[in-house]
Amino acid sequence: MTSLLTYTFKNLPSTSQWALRFSMRPLSCSSQLRVAAAVQTKSKQTLAKPNIRNIVVVDGVRTPFLLSGTSYKDLMPHDLARAALSGLLHRTSVPKDVVDYIILGTVIQEVKTSNVAREAALGAGFSDKTPAHTVTMACISSNQAMTTAVSLIASGQCDVVVAGGVELMSDVPIRHSRKMRKMMLDLSKAKTLGQRLSLISKFRLNFLSPELPAVAEFSTNETMGHSADRLAAAFAISRLEQDEYALRSHSLARKAQDEGLLSDVVPFKVPGKDTVTQDNGIRPSSLEQMAKLKPAFIKPYGTVTAANSSFLTDGASAVLILAEEKALAMGYKPKAYLRDFMYVSQDPKDQLLLGPTYATPKVLEKAGLTMNDIDAFEFHEAFSGQILANLKAMDSDWFAQNYMGRKAKVGSPPLEKFNIWGGSLSLGHPFGATGCRLVMAAANRLQKEGGQYGLVAACAAGGQGHAMIVEAYPK
Amino acid sequence: MVASRAVGSLSRFTRSRMLRCPGYICRNFTKSSALLTRTHINYGVKGDVAVIRINSPNSKVNTLGQELHSEFIEVMNEVWSSNQIRSAVLISSKPGCFIAGADLNMLTACTTPQEVTQISQEAQKMFEKVEKSTKPIVAAINGSCLGGGLELAISCQYRIATKDKKTVLGSPEVLLGILPGAGGTQRLPKMVGVPAAFDMMLTGRGIRADRAKKMGLVDQLVEPLGPGIKPPEERTIEYLEEVAITFAKGLADKKISPKRDKGLVEKLTSYAMSIPFVRQQIYKKVEEKVRKQTKGLYPAPLKIIDVVKTGIEQGSDAGYLSESQKFGELAMTKESKALMGLYRGQTLCKKNKFGAPQKEVKQLAILGAGLMGAGIAQVSVDKGLQTVLKDATLAALGRGQQQVFKGLNDKVKKKALTSFERDAFFSNLTGQLDYQGFEKADMVIEAVFEDLSLKHKVLKEVEAVIPDHCVFASNTSALPINEIAAISKRPEKVIGMHYFSPVDKMQLLEIITTPKTSKDTTASAVEVGLKQGKVIIVVKDGPGFYTTRCLAPMMSEVIRILQEGVGPKKLDSLTTSFGFPVGAATLVDEVGVDVANHVAENLGKAFGERFAGGSLEVLKQMISKGFLGRKSGKGFYIYQEGVKNKNLNSDIHSILAGLKMPSQPDVSSDEDIQYRLVTRFVNEAVLCLQEGVLATPTEGDIGAVFGLGFPPCLGGPFRFVDLYGAQKTVDRLRKYEAAYGRQFTPCQLLMDHASSPNKKFYQ
Repeated sequence: MTSLLTYTFKNLPSTSQWALRFSMRPLSCSSQLRVAAAVQTKSKQTLAKPNIRNIVVVDGVRTPFLLSGTSYKDLMPHDLARAALSGLLHRTSVPKDVVDYIILGTVIQEVKTSNVAREAALGAGFSDKTPAHTVTMACISSNQAMTTAVSLIASGQCDVVVAGGVELMSDVPIRHSRKMRKMMLDLSKAKTLGQRLSLISKFRLNFLSPELPAVAEFSTNETMGHSADRLAAAFAISRLEQDEYALRSHSLARKAQDEGLLSDVVPFKVPGKDTVTQDNGIRPSSLEQMAKLKPAFIKPYGTVTAANSSFLTDGASAVLILAEEKALAMGYKPKAYLRDFMYVSQDPKDQLLLGPTYATPKVLEKAGLTMNDIDAFEFHEAFSGQILANLKAMDSDWFAQNYMGRKAKVGSPPLEKFNIWGGSLSLGHPFGATGCRLVMAAANRLQKEGGQYGLVAACAAGGQGHAMIVEAYPK
Repeated sequence: MVASRAVGSLSRFTRSRMLRCPGYICRNFTKSSALLTRTHINYGVKGDVAVIRINSPNSKVNTLGQELHSEFIEVMNEVWSSNQIRSAVLISSKPGCFIAGADLNMLTACTTPQEVTQISQEAQKMFEKVEKSTKPIVAAINGSCLGGGLELAISCQYRIATKDKKTVLGSPEVLLGILPGAGGTQRLPKMVGVPAAFDMMLTGRGIRADRAKKMGLVDQLVEPLGPGIKPPEERTIEYLEEVAITFAKGLADKKISPKRDKGLVEKLTSYAMSIPFVRQQIYKKVEEKVRKQTKGLYPAPLKIIDVVKTGIEQGSDAGYLSESQKFGELAMTKESKALMGLYRGQTLCKKNKFGAPQKEVKQLAILGAGLMGAGIAQVSVDKGLQTVLKDATLAALGRGQQQVFKGLNDKVKKKALTSFERDAFFSNLTGQLDYQGFEKADMVIEAVFEDLSLKHKVLKEVEAVIPDHCVFASNTSALPINEIAAISKRPEKVIGMHYFSPVDKMQLLEIITTPKTSKDTTASAVEVGLKQGKVIIVVKDGPGFYTTRCLAPMMSEVIRILQEGVGPKKLDSLTTSFGFPVGAATLVDEVGVDVANHVAENLGKAFGERFAGGSLEVLKQMISKGFLGRKSGKGFYIYQEGVKNKNLNSDIHSILAGLKMPSQPDVSSDEDIQYRLVTRFVNEAVLCLQEGVLATPTEGDIGAVFGLGFPPCLGGPFRFVDLYGAQKTVDRLRKYEAAYGRQFTPCQLLMDHASSPNKKFYQ
């Protein structure tokens, strides 16, 4: 039996490859801003709307994002989420009994803690009177957690909500095959020895082959990396361009880390291990090194490689969202307003990762802004090829007219305002937790550099996408 | 209904052999370029790679004809003589088509085998030069790569294909009664192994790209792209070209080897094939199988085996020579003329000559969830038509829904669909017991029981709820449409759509118009049929329309022959050896004895003596004993689940003995029996053309072959008259007329053709 199992596991794809396939799933984005941009006089007023409550982010934190299989590998998802929630409690000193509601996002669910929000909140010391639920929407799960919080507050249901997300890719639920599960379930119902023996006699060796969590889109059976490679080809993006963009992401992240700009990271003392204080996936390399890698998905001639894709990551994040008047009454100095947001979806086959292209013009239109009004762009980087394809698509009148039903392109974000503190390619991408990182990066950049508006955007499995406007809270 | 049931059984046999030439459907997409100097082929040089683009003008497909051939030689000579060029990419500019095959007109224009052999030898010579090219040539394949197109591709050093549904590789020559005449019989066995090559060349089946990669027929796959900087099709071709160029460079630089790693199974197979004894056994086995399936009626498959054998056993020089000679001989056979005619006819019957309807049909409603109704639903939902399936009871509806699901699920098992696509298609189907939503229907097809008063009842009910523009189509095999339409408030919207069972397998759709049916209604029906993937004939209304009407006199003759003492087994073997896919007695069982009787009575009333022959009493006695054919387990044969060899139903003997007719020895030889059946069929078909039920002989041939299983090797009743000779046909009929009377009297049009030998149905 043991040898059988080993055999099956030998047949699993090698870890790195497997890991990479996973890394295809979500995407998000964040913003940047520059002093020069902030100096511009803003013609735009605040985006406050009459008769709608202003909603603010007081602060947000995240655990360091680690390559999966490193320091967090023995934890469970709720452990990570608890670390983020405790970090938030500590950072904001919010009284536990004031919190009305807790929402976390996650993608690959640990079956034991399917409502991971509740398990983490209880352990983190929140009041057991505070309800919590878990949402899932692929790589925009924590975006969904935050916008759910916004809706709860805007509709007057709640005043204080904690939103966040968690992903632990070091451990994923690998199941017995359906046939084996069926046999085991039938066995548990069998009453006589005869019934049991007859069930066992139906056992076949192939029952033991395990079932991995889906790495491919269910609807198309295509892995996200494969789709990203095709997307890059459709937009004629070269391998070199992709490698250059990945290198940029890693270099900017390293710089931000060195300069201490990633202030949302809270140290995490991992039980039995050292305290983790910073992200460990930031590895600026050289174009020559990157050029040596073989394509990971479309072999042998594809352009998406391990180096220009986001990696499998463990991490959790959390933000404290309040109605403005409540925050002020509690004596907080909020960091940013959460303004208009937008969810979009499109063809999961050929436009799987174009969510930001679709969401950006819509959310800008809704807010009455243009690209020029945005000081900090924070876009989720699932793959270099995906980001570059989105930039090209946003800059194409032809694409806007033929596929988005728009009169003209929205325009491409200027790179000097784009993900300048690194992105998912370098900081890492714990699927369920990235959204909050994007929002906090946008808010912190606006605070630091003095801009007014940030734009957060992300793509997600299933051909979905999200964008949200973050407005700096006046100092 | 006779016809439709009949065809159920036919399909099983005909499907593999019938013409299903895939991939000829291409988008029309022509690009004008100032750089074009030749009409079919052009090339540009990118770095040191020549990109040769094929784009035949004014056509949706590229075909290998004289002009393309000579331009290709010109271009290749320039490529070979240029010092700047080190490798080449061969690609088509047409989305959905690489090269769809040889130009059939070029072949049919030849009058002697020598001319055809000459064409073959020229192509062989050219492709040999391609094969021996020192500059590597990469075939970049997007879309159909068939016949000569495949032969060209396998002469190249490397093949890259898009993993698109439209990309199909195959050697369909056998379906046209010829063989791959440009080196295919010699190269294919070397490339994919003898067994796989035989399979491809003898069945003519199209191979999709992913399977082609596994077989070693192509070396790399390229994924089709979605929208990006350009429309998907355009960018995919561009991408294919880019990838092909990198491989061409790699081959020229010797960084990539054109040799493929063979798998263990492949290595074992090729080892086994190196043993002469094993080879002989394989030839023998394949030959036996072919003889059994073709009954010696189709010369092409045997010649293919012969040519492959010659190449392997006696070397390629002998192989190429044999290939070109046999190609010439085959092109001159009646069988190839018949099959090519069917191919052309099929192409014609895939067009809507009535133009686009004013309103596209998007919402379809089907009444009756029986075998036919559910079958029609199945071929509709998977083409994206929103379909309502209505029946009177939940049980009947559930059975119909299950049939649709099973049909789709079988495709999932064959990997033709993903389970997700199946679910999405199945969601296009709404099952219901009432007329809810019929106010949105664009077309209603009724497939209720064949009973005029029932059809009147549903027509009235439906007309009360449907919108003005909605077409009412009746799926009937024998009830005249004008009688059904008689009670309609809007007869211009009533039409007949006669499907053949099983609907998902049978390609034919017979559309029946009454004098009141409007042209737009016809256009709608044809468009829906085409969308459902059908080959369509449009005929005028009348008892039995065209298909059932032709089948009925033949069936009458079947009964008479049985009454004259020929056993069902003997009769079956006589008919199948003539080329019918199903024996005549088995056909009655498949159709259903009661249905046959019903139709025979109706048509007998309408046409009188001409449809006489056997005594209906045979059928009536069978019905009274419950011998209804396959559906009741007993007919002429006994049918049992899981039993393959069917036995004769011994009780039939007594029925036939009781109704015995004297046989007339001078018209009862085996050959006479065969011709009695066929000439009655043919005579009735020609009469349909004479009376204007049929608009063209082509539709008559297509209807007979695809709907009724008329021997494809004869090409249909009209082609039969042309090839066999009108005079000889009339002579036969006269001989039988002398014995049996007016049932065999040749019709006027047939006599006209006999009296003027230049008159042909196909000029």
